[in-house]
Amino acid sequence: MTRRTRRALLIGLLFTAPWTIGLLAFIFYPVLASLYHSFCDYSVLRPAVWIGLDNYRELVRDEVFWQTIWNTGVFALAAIPLGIVVAVALAMLLNTKSHGMVVYRTIFFIPSLVPMVTLAMLWMWIFNGSYGILNYGLNSVLRLLHLPFEAPGWLLDPHWAKPALVLMGMWGCGNAIVIFLAGLQDIPVSLYEAAEIDGASRWQKTIHVTIPMLSPVIYFNVIMGIIGTFQIFAVPYIMTGGGPQRATLFYAMYIFQSAFEDLRMGYASAQAVILFLIILACTYLATRVMRKHVHYGGV
Amino acid sequence: MTTRTTWIWQFMLVPLAGIFLFPLLWMFSTALKPVDQAMRMPPTWIPKAYYAPLDGVRTRVVPRGTNAVAGVIVATTGHTRLFVPATDFHDGRVRIVRTLRGAVVTNLVAARLLKDVPPGWVQVLEDVDQTSMAAQRRWDYVAPSALDTRTELAWRNFLSAMRVIPFARYTLNTLILCLLCVIGTTVSNSLIAYGFARVEWPGRDFYFALTLATMMVPFPVTMIALYGVFKSLHWVGTWYPLWVPVFFGGAFNIFLLRQFYLTIPQDLTDAARIDGCSEWQIFWRVIVPLSKPALAVVALFQFMGTWNDFMGPLLYLNDQKKFTLALGLQFFQSQSGGTEWHLLMAASTLMLLPILVLFFFTQKQFIQGIATTGMKG
Repeated sequence: MTRRTRRALLIGLLFTAPWTIGLLAFIFYPVLASLYHSFCDYSVLRPAVWIGLDNYRELVRDEVFWQTIWNTGVFALAAIPLGIVVAVALAMLLNTKSHGMVVYRTIFFIPSLVPMVTLAMLWMWIFNGSYGILNYGLNSVLRLLHLPFEAPGWLLDPHWAKPALVLMGMWGCGNAIVIFLAGLQDIPVSLYEAAEIDGASRWQKTIHVTIPMLSPVIYFNVIMGIIGTFQIFAVPYIMTGGGPQRATLFYAMYIFQSAFEDLRMGYASAQAVILFLIILACTYLATRVMRKHVHYGGV
Repeated sequence: MTTRTTWIWQFMLVPLAGIFLFPLLWMFSTALKPVDQAMRMPPTWIPKAYYAPLDGVRTRVVPRGTNAVAGVIVATTGHTRLFVPATDFHDGRVRIVRTLRGAVVTNLVAARLLKDVPPGWVQVLEDVDQTSMAAQRRWDYVAPSALDTRTELAWRNFLSAMRVIPFARYTLNTLILCLLCVIGTTVSNSLIAYGFARVEWPGRDFYFALTLATMMVPFPVTMIALYGVFKSLHWVGTWYPLWVPVFFGGAFNIFLLRQFYLTIPQDLTDAARIDGCSEWQIFWRVIVPLSKPALAVVALFQFMGTWNDFMGPLLYLNDQKKFTLALGLQFFQSQSGGTEWHLLMAASTLMLLPILVLFFFTQKQFIQGIATTGMKG
């Protein structure tokens, strides 16, 4: 190593030193500690005792654990595709140069600014069984059409609590809209012109130009969506506390419950380790699938 | 674009925009209603106020429906005011029917006629502030024409919400935390990103790839062990766990700033180097002033994140005096059991307001920040 490289190494390490400390203290150590604690009987009050695979054996038999995986999986399978479809559709609608488009963009974006606690409160009020505006509207429509149904109890009904949260999530898709809008604007106009010369209709242009060119962005959003869904905590914690009948008890909430309410940190660490593996597996899988179908244009 | 397609576009966008705006408008509307109107079916959009004379004084009241048959208001000898059907009052005596241990008992009580109430008059109840729980609310029956109905926004809900929750304290706490985190994130990440973007050293690219990979580690994985660390430092119950880690950087912001630094021409730093600037001077005199827009984005998102954060305060704060706004609001909601919706909506509006204001002043940075981070991940 020359004197010059050694100097550069020293400078580089110095500038990144805060991150090196942060990486070790707030990511590497906690991940390794979680791995170790997952083999232990451990609560913060008492020192950890090695118990081998007992936590994992218990997890496999734990019905609540399987239910949280089911809840999270079902929610992800509904919320992520729906969210992307809505966001892409709205982005396409907004990607025109007509009057007042700035106002529309702002309107669709603002919901994604709403702080989580405010979001939870607001939608609890909207979904409220007796005074909620949503059910008032729904029931009025149902009565008008003489349909023999009642509006569901949403957050109080085990079958409707998850759809309620999915619905609420779609309202906050403004971030994704912005990302897709940027993606749409990056598509070269020449591609559309070429398609037009070949006689492509508006629909054909969407299917054969827009969607393939947007696929890297869609892929990125799917991955972030999966990682995000496994971390969902604050909103269901405030709105339902995991109920009714554990219908909205999501993965991260069960980790929190096991660790800080039942004080079974070893057991919760085992869940955390499995979460890490799930996310790695999902990302790997998505990468494999997308490698075939994602089109990276010209880059 | 032709006029025809523009019309179709507008036709699709207007209702969609309405749906997206609706929840927030409903929140503002509820926040500005008196409690009885917030919880009334069918719901109304515009908050109303009702005024009627009570004991000869114009007072804000709550209307409680009309009487179907003619009635009278009488005062018994015990000075109790009663409303009874007109047929139950004869010759200075009022018939009072009560059920005592399953048996129906009819009493005739001496009473003095105060007022005749023709059918169709409105019962009005004195409107008292929910927080000041008066034991006896005054009431009367008035002619519909005497009831003065007007649009009036209940701005006092915001004052009540601020009194019910220690709002000023929580806001101050949150702002202090936000300030600490914004300083931490800009200082640390600008330094770290410089090391990754503008200095070439062996192992740098591997280290950067490793840094990006840490974005895959979800917070719940590290949450438990981190709690153990902060517990052993005796930091649980303090603000330290909420802002100290921010001073050590984060993968996302490092990435964002590195991308920006890479766009600054190499010639600029080379020129500075020839002029004899040290690496620190180049960073401080050349790079930092040029990257103000990117730093603003990082600061903005950090502010939003800290303002929003619920799980961190929930994990580490147990003293109500140290609560942030997010935690305090949730605490109030769980305590009141979801009854005082007008106050909850007022408090929620107050929590959203600073974010909205911030957004309208920094729209450009906002949108650019989201677009760049979302595109090139």
